[in-house]
Amino acid sequence: MNDLAQASGITSVPTAAGDGLLRRAARNAFPFIVVGALWETVAHVGLFPPRLFPPLEAVAAVLARLTLNGVLPHHAFDTLVRLTAGFALAALLGVTIGILMGRSRRAEDILLPLVSIGAPIPGLAYAPLFLLWFGLGNVPAVLLVAFVSAFPIIYNSWTGVKAVKDIWVRSAQAMGADNRRLFRHVILPGALPYIMTGLRLGLAQAWRVLVAVEMLAAVPWGLGWLIFGAQEFLNTDVMLAGITVIALIGLALEKLVFQPLEEFTVVRWGMMAS
Amino acid sequence: MTSDRAKLQRYLALRRGVTTVIVVAASYEAVARSGYFAPVLMPPLGTVAHTLVAMLVDGTMLGHAAATLYRVLCGFGLAVFVGLPLGVLMGRFRPVEHFVLPLASALMPIPSLAWLPVFILWFGLGNTVTILIVFYAALFPMLLNTWSGVRSVNPIWLRAAGAMGATEHALFWKVIVPGASPFIIAGLRQSFLRSWVAVIGAEMLAASDWGLGWVIFDAKEFLDTDVMLAALVVIGCIGFVTERLVFGSLERATIYRWGMARTAKG
Repeated sequence: MNDLAQASGITSVPTAAGDGLLRRAARNAFPFIVVGALWETVAHVGLFPPRLFPPLEAVAAVLARLTLNGVLPHHAFDTLVRLTAGFALAALLGVTIGILMGRSRRAEDILLPLVSIGAPIPGLAYAPLFLLWFGLGNVPAVLLVAFVSAFPIIYNSWTGVKAVKDIWVRSAQAMGADNRRLFRHVILPGALPYIMTGLRLGLAQAWRVLVAVEMLAAVPWGLGWLIFGAQEFLNTDVMLAGITVIALIGLALEKLVFQPLEEFTVVRWGMMAS
Repeated sequence: MTSDRAKLQRYLALRRGVTTVIVVAASYEAVARSGYFAPVLMPPLGTVAHTLVAMLVDGTMLGHAAATLYRVLCGFGLAVFVGLPLGVLMGRFRPVEHFVLPLASALMPIPSLAWLPVFILWFGLGNTVTILIVFYAALFPMLLNTWSGVRSVNPIWLRAAGAMGATEHALFWKVIVPGASPFIIAGLRQSFLRSWVAVIGAEMLAASDWGLGWVIFDAKEFLDTDVMLAALVVIGCIGFVTERLVFGSLERATIYRWGMARTAKG
């Protein structure tokens, strides 16, 4: 339940009706201008060494330079490939296991204890273990991301299948639906809002873990590694540029991937208000 | 009659659950003892249990757990101290909402651990960095849940209380806080979960001499897989206990007693 509360809390950004687009943009930009101005003042007054607290124009310059010479896109691309691989694995396994647990009593009894033992341990705690078992590099990073993001997906898919109204299942059966049609036309659409919430939470979790595990697993390219490596050379501007890219990707994942997907499925099927 | 059946079902589920855990443990043990993998990498469960007990008895594990708990509680407490009032203000006053919300939605998608190298440069290694990382991780769930909780308080209740002559003070404590409590408690829970993840990660990278995350990371250097697994067990137990006992009883003491749980679901 609290997972749902979180998802709805983030997405329900108020849209005051009647406000002009320009006014809304100005209103959203205002806090950033204030914070940016504060940052600039502190950076230029010289309270801290500029090496540690670079002014924003220096960060922007580094961001532009690294983007144009292709370093930053390469880092971002490798991170995204790892994220996609890990998350795809987690989505495939998680939804399958979750639905299986929701449908079959036996599977639930067998898997639920394992899931409830595994879930409360933070995924990052497994990172050194994965590094020992699978070596450095891509394999442990992808596996850890998959492992960590599988838990919310399993849990929400399971809850979703359980939450399908009994009366829908019975009426479909009474109207002569076989198991396949029951699954395809009743259970899957009924559980989908939960599954989507699970995928969303899983992706957010995958994203958080991936950045950290890139710092630990010594991968040659990746945004986490970029930030961590820049620390050695006191390149605070590079670190802040990397964090900016991380923020942009994080926002894009939420706004460009999940919201349209939700519009396209659950909202269109009338399972959830837009 | 029905409660008897429910009891029987719960008993059966428990029995099956225990069976599963035993089967998994036995197969792990079999693989570990088969010698297919190096025993250094995959120690048998007896060794792990032995290490765990030894570390508990000589107090090192308790020291590590205490260090981690101190950091997580400081960061989490700070996040609640800042996030709760700010979230209430956001829910009650439009200008605050307009100012804080864009910043929060821009900062939230940045994983807290991405700030770790920057914070290490700014504040040096040690407790400050870890506490700040935990604070960053815990702040946003707290803030946003409180905000949506306050916004979700039924306006009719507010107007009814106002019509009955409630002062701003009474309105806040008697209507808004109980009305928003399901969201606030969900926020506390999420914040704590995030803090728990963040503290382990931060301890691995901003290494000090104590802390469960540090123990795991340090044991990797010496291939002490049994120590790593023992620390994992402790981490899992603490996470489980806080989730079930602390937040579960908090929920029973507040929102169920106030009859708010149904509102939260609706």
